[in-house]
Amino acid sequence: MSKAVCLDVRGVTKLFGGLRANDDVSFTVEEGEIVSIIGPNGAGKSTLFNCITGFYKPNAGSVRFFGRDITRMRADTVCRIGIARTFQVVQVIGEMTVLENVLTGALMNYVRVGSARQKAEEVLSFTGLLEKKDRSGSELTIADKKRLEVSMALATRPRLLMLDESMAGLTVVELRRMIDLIKSVRGSGVTLVVVEHVMEAVMEISDKVIVLNSGRKIMEGSPREVVCNPEVIQAYLGDRYRAVGR
Amino acid sequence: MAVLIVLPLIITSTFFRHVMILVFMFGTMGVAWNIMGGYAGMFSFGQVAFFGIGAYTSSFLLITYGVNPWIGLIAGGLVSACVAAALGYPCSNLRGHYFAIASIAFGEIVRTHFNNWKLVGAAEGLSLPMLKGGMKVFMFHSSKLPYYYIILGFLLIALLVCRLLAGSKMGYYFRAIKESHEVAQVLGINVARYRLIAIMVSAFLTAMAGTFYAQYILYIDPDSVMILPVSVQVVLISMLGGAGMVIGPVIGALILIPISEATRVWLGYKGTGIDMLVYGFLITLISVYQPKGVWGLFVNTGKRAQ
Repeated sequence: MSKAVCLDVRGVTKLFGGLRANDDVSFTVEEGEIVSIIGPNGAGKSTLFNCITGFYKPNAGSVRFFGRDITRMRADTVCRIGIARTFQVVQVIGEMTVLENVLTGALMNYVRVGSARQKAEEVLSFTGLLEKKDRSGSELTIADKKRLEVSMALATRPRLLMLDESMAGLTVVELRRMIDLIKSVRGSGVTLVVVEHVMEAVMEISDKVIVLNSGRKIMEGSPREVVCNPEVIQAYLGDRYRAVGR
Repeated sequence: MAVLIVLPLIITSTFFRHVMILVFMFGTMGVAWNIMGGYAGMFSFGQVAFFGIGAYTSSFLLITYGVNPWIGLIAGGLVSACVAAALGYPCSNLRGHYFAIASIAFGEIVRTHFNNWKLVGAAEGLSLPMLKGGMKVFMFHSSKLPYYYIILGFLLIALLVCRLLAGSKMGYYFRAIKESHEVAQVLGINVARYRLIAIMVSAFLTAMAGTFYAQYILYIDPDSVMILPVSVQVVLISMLGGAGMVIGPVIGALILIPISEATRVWLGYKGTGIDMLVYGFLITLISVYQPKGVWGLFVNTGKRAQ
């Protein structure tokens, strides 16, 4: 039984002057999947994220979300129709408490602050940050900031959550917790697209992996297929993975 | 609060009342600035344009068409808010210093324009007609007391608006926008729209102070109601008192305005600039030791929204 297509990216090309940051990138994400995008630095992963979420307007190609064309939508509109995202450089509201940060996200679906606060507390208990709700955003550790950013995104009640390197720089324990969180987010019915360098995590969570290099998609497949592919090993993973592949 | 109501009845000196009137007037402008600067992060150095437009609108309507100043007050606020929208729309993507620079330019453009606009008296300004004093015409000749209570009322209105905004969805959205446009956008916030709301509310309240000034002094010209130093003073008051906190600008006005008036009176022309020296000294102290402003000494971060 095939599921609904959540995200349909077709021929997306983004130019910065003469640089082709994204060159004719196409892929689809089915509802309920976790799709990882990997590739070396400068491969165009974050640019692709920005093209999908309305921060950049692609020079060519189209992006559809459950069949709806969102290619030229503004970023806040993209969020309102159900795509939430985080940033590679973690972004939280430093002057607000953890609870207020999440509450601000929840306000997208509520007019009254009281109801948004209730929703925010639910989200925080889901992401395991509830006991830190009165800390200010600026005083959190990196791991907690990333967790908070995910909570803020979840508070907008997305159908698709896009995480840009949510696991970079975490300790082993923190990484474990983040992987578990991502799995439970999927369990709650949210589709995920993640940009990630931490291959252990990518292998564990992904249904499908897309590999970018120099702006182009060089391969797409199951995690197992990807790490065995010689081209991927050469471009990104390095010889360490040649052994794994065998 | 009760103290502020009773105080002018105990201390009947005209000078005291005058200083307090200025404190409330600048307090009102500070609170208005705070909505766009302290909450929404748009550092405006062009508030005086909104102030001037408020003063000119009500005065022009009164002189030319005999429109009651109370109606002029509302008209001034609306005109000012519309002009603010015209400023805010093209600037909706300007951040930080760039917005500040644009706001200075805006203030100066408005001043230059009024200095050359024959219809509103150009550089000669406008003298308001002496009407028979009374509440109905917003003009009092025998005592400053009514002015004191009116501007205190304006200040309370501004504080109420600011407080309601701060505790509402809009307040949270303003603060998100202040942090960063990107963060706001991924929370589904239409940045341009909410910035526009902040500017327009701020302009309306500032224009109210402008109309008050015109009714109080009974004479306005571009070089008194549209000059950059007034804008700067509004920013200083808010920053010193505590930007992003409802009551902050009032504290700032209570500290700075009496200093500026006292040095002006006691030192006369010899003291020109002394108030600025004191300002500078205070601002330096505050920014080094208490960047959240004087009021920041009394509240911790968690309670700042209220």
